[in-house]
Amino acid sequence: MKQTTLIYKLIMALTGLFLCFFLIIHLLGNLQLLSPPELAREQFNWYSHLLSGNIVIKIISYVLYLSIIAHAVYALIITRVNAKAQGSKYIYDKRSEVSSWNSRNMGILGTIILIFLIIHFKDYWYIYKFGNLPLDADGNKDLYTIVITSFQQAWYVILYELSFIALGFHLLHGFFSAARTLGLYHLRYAQAIRIVGWIYSLAITLGFMLIPIYIYFNLNS
Amino acid sequence: MKLKLKIWRQENREAKGNMISYDVEGISEHMSFLEMLDLLNERLITKGERVIEFDHDCREGICGACGMMINGRAHGPLSGTTTCQLHMRSFKDGETLYIEPFRAAAFPVLRDLKIDRTAFDHVIQSGGYVSASTGQAPESNSILIPHDITEAAFDAAACIGCGACVATCKNSSAALFTSAKISHLVLLPQGKTESADRVIQMVNQMDEEGFGHCSNTDACEVECPQEISTLHIGRMNYEYNKALLLRK
Repeated sequence: MKQTTLIYKLIMALTGLFLCFFLIIHLLGNLQLLSPPELAREQFNWYSHLLSGNIVIKIISYVLYLSIIAHAVYALIITRVNAKAQGSKYIYDKRSEVSSWNSRNMGILGTIILIFLIIHFKDYWYIYKFGNLPLDADGNKDLYTIVITSFQQAWYVILYELSFIALGFHLLHGFFSAARTLGLYHLRYAQAIRIVGWIYSLAITLGFMLIPIYIYFNLNS
Repeated sequence: MKLKLKIWRQENREAKGNMISYDVEGISEHMSFLEMLDLLNERLITKGERVIEFDHDCREGICGACGMMINGRAHGPLSGTTTCQLHMRSFKDGETLYIEPFRAAAFPVLRDLKIDRTAFDHVIQSGGYVSASTGQAPESNSILIPHDITEAAFDAAACIGCGACVATCKNSSAALFTSAKISHLVLLPQGKTESADRVIQMVNQMDEEGFGHCSNTDACEVECPQEISTLHIGRMNYEYNKALLLRK
C-alpha cells in the first residue's frame, strides 16, 4: 500500500486518540493525590505498584511508548511534506484571519508537550523504574513523596502548568481533527464531536492543572 | 477613488518576481476588482509598458478562472465571493492594496498573477468521472434520485476549481477541492459503483501533484467562493478509509 497523506494522517489520528484515552486513565490515577495526605500516600503508592507489575498494563505501556514516538515522528514527516508543498512565501499574508491559532500551530504545541514529556519521564518514570526509592509503610516504593517534594518548587509547578495549557490547546484541535480524519462527516455528529472535544480538553487540562497547584498551596511543608 | 497598488510582477515561470507599486487614480467604487485592473492595464498600454496578466473568464463568479491574493486573503476580504465579484466599494480611498498570485508548489506562477492550475485537472483525470460505455444518453428519469440527495451532490459539485482553498491553506492542501469532487460523485447512484477506486486514485494523484496534508484548520471553507463545506473532507476520509479496508 502506498503511503499517502491520508495514511500519515490516519496514523496521527489513531496514535493521538490512544494518547487521549491514556490521558483519562492517567488523570484518574493522579486524582488520588488529592486525597488526605496519609491516605493518598498509601493509595497512590499501591496504585503505582499495581501498574508496574501487571502484564496487561505492560502491554499497554509499550503501545503508549510506541504511540508517542510514532505521533512525533509522523508529525515531523508531515511537516516536511507540507513545507515542500507551500512553494514561495506570500509577501503580505493575512491568511491567519480565517483559522484558529492552535489549529495552525499543532507542531509548536506538540514540541512543547514532547519537551515536557522528556522532563516528566526523567523525573518520575525513570526514577520509579531505575532509581532507589524509599519504601512506604506497606513496602511499596514511595513515589508519593517524590511527587509532593517536586511540586514544592514554584518553577516546577509553573513548568507543568504551562505545559498543560499547551496540551489543552493541542487536544482541542487534535480531538476534532482526529474524528475528521477517521471520516466523520455527518453534520449532527460532527457538531457533537466539537462539543465533546471541548468538554474533554477542558476536563483533562483543568484536572491536570489542579494537582500541582493543590500540592504547592496545601501540602507545603 | 485613489489607490496605491503593490502588485506581484514576474516575467515567466523561472524568473524571480517582485512587488511593483502603482498609483491608480480615478477608480469608481462601482468597478469590480478586475475592472480596476483593466483600467490600470489600459494606462500601462498607453505608456507602452507590459500589462499585468491575470486569469479571468466569465466575470460573474461561476467559472473559477480568476483568483488572486488581495491584502493577504484569497479573493480579497469578502466571504463567499470570487475576485470578479469583489467591488471597489469594499476598499477605502487612499488605501494600499497588496495583490499577489495564489501560491503553492503545485500552482507555479506563469506570469504576474497568472498561475498554472493543471494539477487540479490531473486530480480530476485520475478519477473524477463516471465511466460510461458509449451509446445514447440514458433516459434521465430512469434512475430516481431523491431531491435532497441531488441537492447535496450539487452542493459539492458547485466547486468551481478556483484554487482559493489551496492558496489559503497553510499546507497548500487540495483536500477541499478533491473531497468536493469525490462527495459529488459518491452521493449519486451513477458514481457510487466506482467510489472505492476513485477515492484511492484521486488521493494518490493529489499527493503526486505535490499538495500538502490537510490539518483541518477549516480556513479553506471560509475562503471558498462557493462555500463548500469541510464536511466533504470528512466524507473523503470516510470513503478512503472504507476503500482501504474493503476494497478488493
